Amino acid sequence: MTVPALRFRNVAKAYRFFRLEPLDLELEPGQVLGLVGPNGAGKSTTIRLLMGLVQPDAGTVEVFGQSMAREAALAKQSVGYVADDMRLYNNATLAWHMEFMSTLYPRWDARYAAQLVERFNLHPEQHGRQLSRGEQMKALILLVLARHPRLIVLDEPTSGLDPVARHEVLNELMQVLKEEDRSILFSSHNTIDVERICDQIAFIDRGRLVDLRDKESFLERWRRLQLDVADGFAVPKLAGVVDQTVRGRTASVVTQAFDPELPLTYERLGARVHSVQRLSLEEIFVASVMASRAEGTR
Amino acid sequence: MHSSLTISQTDPRPLYLQVKEQIRHRVAIGEWAPGRELPSIRALAAAISVSVITIKRAYLELEREGVIVTRQGKGSFVAEGAELAPGLRTAELDEQLKTALRTARSIGLDADAVAERVRELAKGTES
Repeated sequence: MTVPALRFRNVAKAYRFFRLEPLDLELEPGQVLGLVGPNGAGKSTTIRLLMGLVQPDAGTVEVFGQSMAREAALAKQSVGYVADDMRLYNNATLAWHMEFMSTLYPRWDARYAAQLVERFNLHPEQHGRQLSRGEQMKALILLVLARHPRLIVLDEPTSGLDPVARHEVLNELMQVLKEEDRSILFSSHNTIDVERICDQIAFIDRGRLVDLRDKESFLERWRRLQLDVADGFAVPKLAGVVDQTVRGRTASVVTQAFDPELPLTYERLGARVHSVQRLSLEEIFVASVMASRAEGTR
Repeated sequence: MHSSLTISQTDPRPLYLQVKEQIRHRVAIGEWAPGRELPSIRALAAAISVSVITIKRAYLELEREGVIVTRQGKGSFVAEGAELAPGLRTAELDEQLKTALRTARSIGLDADAVAERVRELAKGTES
């Protein structure tokens, strides 16, 4: 049995205007978990709970088997955390920050840090206040990566980055995965990044975990079928169908339980399958959030 | 060696298929000879910035199709005789033809009619 990089058990948290429903979440070492959700869905709350920055009303949070409530200092040694509202000190240089981190973390890797400075096109002598949004983010990620944490937690790391900076950051994150026991959790509403680099994906909406599974099964289970139907044909609602619309002689069906038999089933029912399309993660995300909301209001 | 693989954002095929097709193509044209070691799953994932699970799936399917073999603890290699595997050269074409057949069926054309269309179109491209 391997110890999960992180584990939430029944974690709940209520604020005046927001409630995180009891959440179970687990990440195996060596994997990348993407937390996807609209603004205000609970992504940042989840991450703050993980980092021990807020305490849950109920449930337990563990990092590599260590309780965030009782062993936070120990647990945090293995975690590197960057959020998009963090900044370097305005009046201190990047070099000063690097020096400071090396005194805090015994595993600080000065050589790797120097390489990252090169690769990210940063300048150690620059002060915090001189850095652009993208440079800030790259500098913060550098300060975390050079500690070699076993778990890297990033809250919206690519938001506000230009395409080149985003590319640099994602490439560097992927290098971490060459080592088998290192894991990444990152939240994003950029589903293209998530679709590309994540192994596991969690959809969160309105404080609720809508779905959590590995990326490949996410993409395999969802399809859109375009059907040609006769006038007045009533398309039966099959299990797993989250949305279907009929306009004249064409029907569009979105399913989250696709199997290769499904087109044949529709043909047997009298429809003609015009096309079977895969969905992008973004389409899947929107469709499953809408379906989950519709269910919630029923 | 593995940086020669590329991922296209405008390619409608899923990422694992893109990876799989490119490896299959290199084996089919003999660029990757039998016995050649493939990059490890994690090394390839890092090199082309694609999730580990995606590369794993591509390797698993290539293994199932007999294009590569994986030896526990040693890595993955191009299978002996992989370049002779039936259908290896035509696998990509077959996929596209299947799509064409589906479209044909939806407008009421059978396989013979499709073959006829293909011959007609081939004449057009040759002249």
